[in-house]
Amino acid sequence: MIYDLGRLAEIARRVRYNTLYMITKAGSGHPGGSLSAVDIMVALYFNVMRYKIEDPLWEDRDRFILSKGHACPALYAIFYELGIISREELDTLRKPGSRLQGHPDIKKLPWAEFSSGSLGQGLSFAVGVALAGKIDKKDYYTFVLIGDGESQEGQIWEAAMSARKFKLNNLIGITDRNGLQIDGETESIMPIDPLADKWRAFGWNVLEIDGHNFSQIISAIERAKESKDLPTMIIAHTIKGKGVSFMENVVDFHGKAPSQKEWELASVELGGGSIG
Amino acid sequence: MDKLAMRDVYGETLLELGRIYENLVVLDADVSKSTKTISFAKAFPDRFFDVGIAEANLMGISAGIASTGKIVFASTFSVFASGRAYDQVRQSIAYPNRNVKIVATHCGITAGEDGAMHQAFEDIALMRSIPNMRVIAPSDGVETRKVIEKIAELPGPFYVRLARPATPVIFDESYEFKLGRGTILREGKDGVVVACGIMTYIALDAVKILLKDGIDIGVVNMSSIKPIDIGLISSLSKKYRYIFSCEDHNIIGGLGSAIAEVLPPTEARLIRIGLNDEFGDSGKFEELLKFYKLDPFSIAERIREAISNDRI
Ligand SMILES: Cc1ncc(C[n+]2csc(CCOP(=O)(O)OP(=O)(O)O)c2C)c(N)n1
Ligand SMILES: [Mg+2]
Repeated sequence: MIYDLGRLAEIARRVRYNTLYMITKAGSGHPGGSLSAVDIMVALYFNVMRYKIEDPLWEDRDRFILSKGHACPALYAIFYELGIISREELDTLRKPGSRLQGHPDIKKLPWAEFSSGSLGQGLSFAVGVALAGKIDKKDYYTFVLIGDGESQEGQIWEAAMSARKFKLNNLIGITDRNGLQIDGETESIMPIDPLADKWRAFGWNVLEIDGHNFSQIISAIERAKESKDLPTMIIAHTIKGKGVSFMENVVDFHGKAPSQKEWELASVELGGGSIG
Repeated sequence: MDKLAMRDVYGETLLELGRIYENLVVLDADVSKSTKTISFAKAFPDRFFDVGIAEANLMGISAGIASTGKIVFASTFSVFASGRAYDQVRQSIAYPNRNVKIVATHCGITAGEDGAMHQAFEDIALMRSIPNMRVIAPSDGVETRKVIEKIAELPGPFYVRLARPATPVIFDESYEFKLGRGTILREGKDGVVVACGIMTYIALDAVKILLKDGIDIGVVNMSSIKPIDIGLISSLSKKYRYIFSCEDHNIIGGLGSAIAEVLPPTEARLIRIGLNDEFGDSGKFEELLKFYKLDPFSIAERIREAISNDRI
């Protein structure tokens, strides 16, 4: 699917709307980190990636691994756009038996690629998937989105070393650099800067972009694909809670659902969605 | 009945203990608002350390601090405390018998809507099988306070498992927690439920339902899972024909298994009620109780069936 930038913006707006709709309805969830990641994920699904909706396990598909699994409402809202989940299902987020679990569940929703939720594990999995692509001489790309707080997990850096060792130029990591985690700012909880230098020191090709600018996201991925034998980390500078004025950069909206009142304000700001 | 969240009580108790013990240090891994160590963090900023999202590091640093004679409380969610950092808990804390108190919140299904990846049904099993480690699942807010105060006094490692939501208060302030001792909350005739954690109050409710049908079941709170009260289990096995273990944990390796390991050769039948070797699902805590048939009605039904099947 290759949509132009205007289409992407409109889809992202609806995805934000439906993401918040679901979280409000569920009464719990993670709005901040979902909203910061929307534009990146929309660019991937509606411009960059190759896949078949009807065949989620198609061998040659590009893979997207949402390592920061708490942002899954945004992924579900994208799956709704793609027709993978129905309007009625949006109302079942975080309910027993629902395909829309609190964190992505590949047993129920194979399109999700990886059952994340325990932070720090997605990059290793992505390394494995990319390595398998090399073994099988496939030309698919493996994309993985990690949080900046998540980058504090040691396993991230174990995976980083291995991706370099195995020359995984088919692996493209994206860090949602929104500057916040649960307890506060990453730089006061456990500093990760200078982040780009760290990834470079681990042997990666590193790009820094505005994670809310579609043309920057897309061109960074194009450049990453040109990498000869290095994995690429795109550090996407984002705003946690992006798109809703009173959520932007507010740490408390990491894991708190909007109240009904907040939802009403937010839904106006987001200009309405494809649902009621 | 009053309700208290165990984790809220934990946060308050840490504050008290911080005043009593100058050598008490608290660590967390980016979930201090949820585990409630944040109140200690605010009161004693020099003795609180947030290591970020890095549970293995959390346990390793805790062990190092404890090696200098300090009392260390290390907190995160139970799934990460027991699973993510298992090896560090085993090698750096339990083997050298370090004075680290792992207080893990959001245990079992109380992690609720976050779903399978956040719901550890295996933590009791993992922690119980490590030598030197003691495992406690308090049943209410009052007991939580007593347990936290007690383990601060006792040297060596502990794993304490706390629930997320506010749950009914069972005990009054006169209750005294004794390590390795269960508490008989109710005597019965036809059988006894031995429960831990949130399942204790649920068992009490289940037993009330059964009483209306003339089935008289006792209830024991076995919050001290390791060491377990061997003497009490032995006497229960003599008195009752049925022992029902009840836990929000896999029936493999948890309280039920711990009871089975010490049950003397007996006529009594042990029936383990808990999660049946499965992963979790998203939902509100109360919804999940029903989903996994751990609500009072389902447990009453299970007990009724076990007893009547046997009678036939
Ligand atoms: C291993 C692990 N530890 C702790 C948590 C609890 N947790 C969920 S989200 C979160 C903060 C994540 O921060 P970040 O990676 O920056 O995500 P974002 O800001 O994009 O939401 C934490 C600590 C977890 N899910 N996994
Ligand atoms: Mg962040």
